Amino acid sequence: MRDFKDNLLRGLLWLSAFLSVAVLLMIVGFIFYKGMGLISFEFIFGDYSPEGGGGIWPMIVTTVYTIVISLIIATPIGILAAVYLHEYAKQGRLVRIIRFATESLTGIPSIIYGLFGAVFFVTTLKLGMSIIAASLTLTIIVLPVIIRTTEESLKTVPASYREGSLALGNTKLQTLYKVILPSAMPGILSGIILSIGRIVGESAAIFLTAGTVAAMPESIFSSARTLTVHSYLVTQEAGDIELAAAVGIVLIVIILAINFSATYISKKLNKATNK
Amino acid sequence: MNRALKEHTKELVKQNETGKGISEMAQRGKGNAKIKVKDLNLFYGEKQALFGVSLDINEKEVTALIGPSGCGKSTFLRTLNRMNDLIDSVKITGDIIINDENIYTSSDVIKLRTKVGMVFQKPNLFPMSIYDNVAYGPRGQGIKNKKELDKIVEESLRGAAIWDEVKDRLKTSALGLSGGQQQRVCIARAIAMKPDVILMDEPTSALDPISTLKVEELITQMKEDFTIVIVTHNMQQAARISDKTAFFLNGEVVEYDETDNIFSTPKDQRTEDYVTGRFG
Repeated sequence: MRDFKDNLLRGLLWLSAFLSVAVLLMIVGFIFYKGMGLISFEFIFGDYSPEGGGGIWPMIVTTVYTIVISLIIATPIGILAAVYLHEYAKQGRLVRIIRFATESLTGIPSIIYGLFGAVFFVTTLKLGMSIIAASLTLTIIVLPVIIRTTEESLKTVPASYREGSLALGNTKLQTLYKVILPSAMPGILSGIILSIGRIVGESAAIFLTAGTVAAMPESIFSSARTLTVHSYLVTQEAGDIELAAAVGIVLIVIILAINFSATYISKKLNKATNK
Repeated sequence: MNRALKEHTKELVKQNETGKGISEMAQRGKGNAKIKVKDLNLFYGEKQALFGVSLDINEKEVTALIGPSGCGKSTFLRTLNRMNDLIDSVKITGDIIINDENIYTSSDVIKLRTKVGMVFQKPNLFPMSIYDNVAYGPRGQGIKNKKELDKIVEESLRGAAIWDEVKDRLKTSALGLSGGQQQRVCIARAIAMKPDVILMDEPTSALDPISTLKVEELITQMKEDFTIVIVTHNMQQAARISDKTAFFLNGEVVEYDETDNIFSTPKDQRTEDYVTGRFG
């Protein structure tokens, strides 16, 4: 009887693991099967042409712009906010409210952020449909992610590091940047990777704030189209599943590349401190 | 600090016979008092953890603090370099004078901690190289010159009797060392600040017997240069390495005397019961 239960449980565990991997493989397989035919040097690095047959280089550039700008704004603010919440703020009502607010922000559907961005950044601040308006909206979307992950990784830094550093006559600020932040770095980095995923995967909020102009952006104040928005539009307007799948392949490769390089950097950082 | 409360506590302690007895006992100590503690009371919020502690700690001696868990010996140790300041709810009355300076009225905690080093219960080296760990304190004080740092690191590691074991791997992670080696590097790290006093909070409780022996030998050597205050659970250890011993019970100092006297002819029945292993 015990053997049977054990085997049943084992079977269930195996099945769950198998199903999740199988689904992932199926999706990736489907995307590659549908879109691989279109992938070429010309497709990736070529300029877009409305008549078809052009490349997606403008969308890749736009996507990279949104990632870089959002992170440049969100990373420092997010890390500083988390440091304040965890290291400096008196744990009381205010901190609880801020924490509740950041948690709630993560749960809001992105279309709501998009609407807010469209009203506030695009119209009120007169930024127009632009990469900068979209990036600012994305900043708000990823800020709670960075704050939460940074706070979590600060929690994992042993209290003995703080005590050790303070007992050696270091100030709180010295302790923070010499011991605490370096130890928390891998966690903070994974928060940033998650954020990149959020940014690359976002479509609704960008659609409403950056618009859909399918051309090389002249500056960050131009309206432009990211890869996800492009993928959505070619499916929606032209019903071109193959093209959408090809864009999907590029997206998957970009995400994988970012993940691998982030893991690599994090390992490098760990080696520098832990070896 | 609340002046009225302070006065009130002083009154209370004056009335308290034991309090008087202890300060007299402390006066009798020979040598120079490096640290003078008078009428020290400590509260965690509403709960009082130390009651009218008064004792003088002599220069270049090892003073052991013994007593059962929760008796306040670690709390007392941590008042000496103001580590209790990290806890918001802690209130302290009374005076602690180190080098003729009241450490709770002069506000420079950083300076205090450069003069009063600390070694913790578990080795708490930072995740960086051995060299960087030992150079951490001096760097924090603004020493950047590489030659000077090299010299401090070598002297400190020699001072902690671990130089020969680590000299070829100074640039590798300190966390790769064994527990006993790590604790000696922790001691080196404290020495690197060139402090007057080194506080040790059960420094060998996480170590194996051989490492413990090494650390004990080291402590005995170190008292030539430093005033050492050590909290220990291990009474044999207190007997082996300390010159004076204070027995804490429920936040009070029951007895404070030469270590030999504490272990051979204790004056208080409770001390005798504790050192003979009847409780604790």
